[in-house]
Parts: sequence; C-alpha cells; structure tokens
Amino acid sequence: MLTTLHKQLLNDYQHNFPLSARPYQDIADALDVTEADVLSALTELNDNNFISRIGPVIPPNHIGVSALVAMSVPEQQLQTVADKISAYPEVNHNYEREHRFNLWFVVIASDTEHLCTVIDAIEQETSYKAMQLPMLDDFFIDLGFKLDLNND
Amino acid sequence: MLDETDRKIIQATQAGLPLTPQPYQTIAEQLGLTSDDVMMRLSAMQNSGIIRRIGAVPNHYKLGYRFNGMTVWNIPDEFIDEMGQKVGQLVFVSHCYHRPRHLPEWPYNLFAMVHGKTQQEVDKQIQQISDLLDDYNLGSDVLYSTKILKKTGFRTGGRAGGRSPKATPQARNRNP
Repeated sequence: MLTTLHKQLLNDYQHNFPLSARPYQDIADALDVTEADVLSALTELNDNNFISRIGPVIPPNHIGVSALVAMSVPEQQLQTVADKISAYPEVNHNYEREHRFNLWFVVIASDTEHLCTVIDAIEQETSYKAMQLPMLDDFFIDLGFKLDLNND
Repeated sequence: MLDETDRKIIQATQAGLPLTPQPYQTIAEQLGLTSDDVMMRLSAMQNSGIIRRIGAVPNHYKLGYRFNGMTVWNIPDEFIDEMGQKVGQLVFVSHCYHRPRHLPEWPYNLFAMVHGKTQQEVDKQIQQISDLLDDYNLGSDVLYSTKILKKTGFRTGGRAGGRSPKATPQARNRNP
C-alpha cells in the first residue's frame, strides 16, 4: 500500500513541483530521501494509477475552447452511444451519471467553430440532442486537493 | 500570449513530465530547446495563469474517493459571482464553474464537484454548500457518476487525424 513517501508526494507536491535542473533531487533533499527513492515512488504511483501524471495543469478554456455536454440516452443504448462519442479525439471525459441527463462529456477544440462542428457531428451520428454547457466563469482556486490518506 | 514554442512545451508535458533525473532537459531535447528555455517558459506561463499549477495529479477514485458528486445549483444571476467564489474556496470542492441554464429542463447555473470516501461524507459536504448558499439557492441536484467511459488528460484536440482507442472503465491515456 502507500508508504509515507508516497503520501508526502501525493499531498505535498500537487502544486509546488520544482522548476529546477534536478527537481526530483530537490524533492528528495526536502524529504530526506534519495533521488532514486523519489523516482521509484513516483513511478509506482503512476503505474498503479494513484496519480494520472505529474506535470503542468492547464485550466479549461485557456488554450482552445471547451464545453461540457449532456445527453439523455435510453439505458440500453448508452454504451453504444458512449463508444461513438468517446471515439472522437476532441472528447476527453465521458461519464455516465444517474440522472435523466445520463451521459456527460467534455469536448475540447482549437476554436469555437471547430467545437460546434464536433458537437454537430456527434448529434448527427448519435441522433440525440446535445445540451451544451460551456464554462462561463471559473471560481476554483486550485491549490490541489487535500487527500486524507491515513486510514488506508 | 502563447507562442508556438509555449504550445509545444504544453503539448509535450500534458501526459506528464518524464520520470528521469532531468525532466526539463529531456523535454528540451525533444523540442530542440535548452532546459533553461523550458523552465523559464513554464514559469512565465504559471505566472500568467496559463498553467494553474505544476505537480502531481491524484486519481481521487483510486485513492479511495469513490463517491464523486457533481452538485448543481440554481443561483440568481446577480449573485452568481459572489456565491461561486464562496463555494470555490471550500476544501472539498475540486471544480467550481458558472455554466448557462437550459430552461426549462436545466435550471442550474453553478456546478461544484465534491469528493468523499463515503456517501455520508459527501452528504455532509453537500449540506455544507447548501448552508453556505442559504436563501440564494433556488434549487439543486446531485449527479453521481456510475461509470467512467473515457478519461484522458488535456489535449488541444482536432489535430490528430486518427481516432483514439475505445474507452474502457477507468481508461486513461498515458502517452502523448
């Protein structure tokens, strides 16, 4: 399971990863371990999918444009429709949710015109209406998410 | 604003920094830059807000946060900024956005994602948001995800000619 080092990396390095020639060495120095320890712990976190990556996080709509889209799809067709939608490279999240609107996905495109083209194509291909919910304002101050890792 | 080199750096780092002793050097070599260029540009993009943070991106679900609710709220338009900022500051909220209503079927204009290890924990968080919004909350709902059908990191989209592989539950895209 998670070691102390894993937990420190998960909680203390969500938003202050060093911009230096040897960042993993700097983290190692701060945590009193070796660079090799840090690299292998991060590799383990990565390989076991405890982190999706370590790197820059870009807020939505800073590069390209995006929209959250919701669809209401009959349960028996959901997987087929979802697979069609997930196949678009512009779609980067696709979730089933418990609601009349049961399929929720995010489309990211280089510009508004392209975004509309993709959403139109998805509507045509699936024959379901896409409710578009673009972000109008972002209220989140992202300093990472405080994880409670003690009772694992 | 962003130039082509900035974009290339973002593209090259979106699947994660290389787990090599000199990750910025590795990126620099791929792009024909120096590691100082890469670090200076990342730093500048962070200062200007293009990059929100540099660090580990935890997989909440895998870490035991199995209960992820998309809470949605109907807030009077004139109070959306004030209320959005309050909700966005709560420690258990991971995203907080103003989005348009689609009347009549969708009256909600404030979205906040909450994460907990138990249903009770999430219920408590939702109650906290509800208490905070008080009379400014004209109606709300919570949508729980039952299945992750696709989840990949940031991509600018539209440039790839091919289509991505079929999604599986908990699928993720590790490679650039």
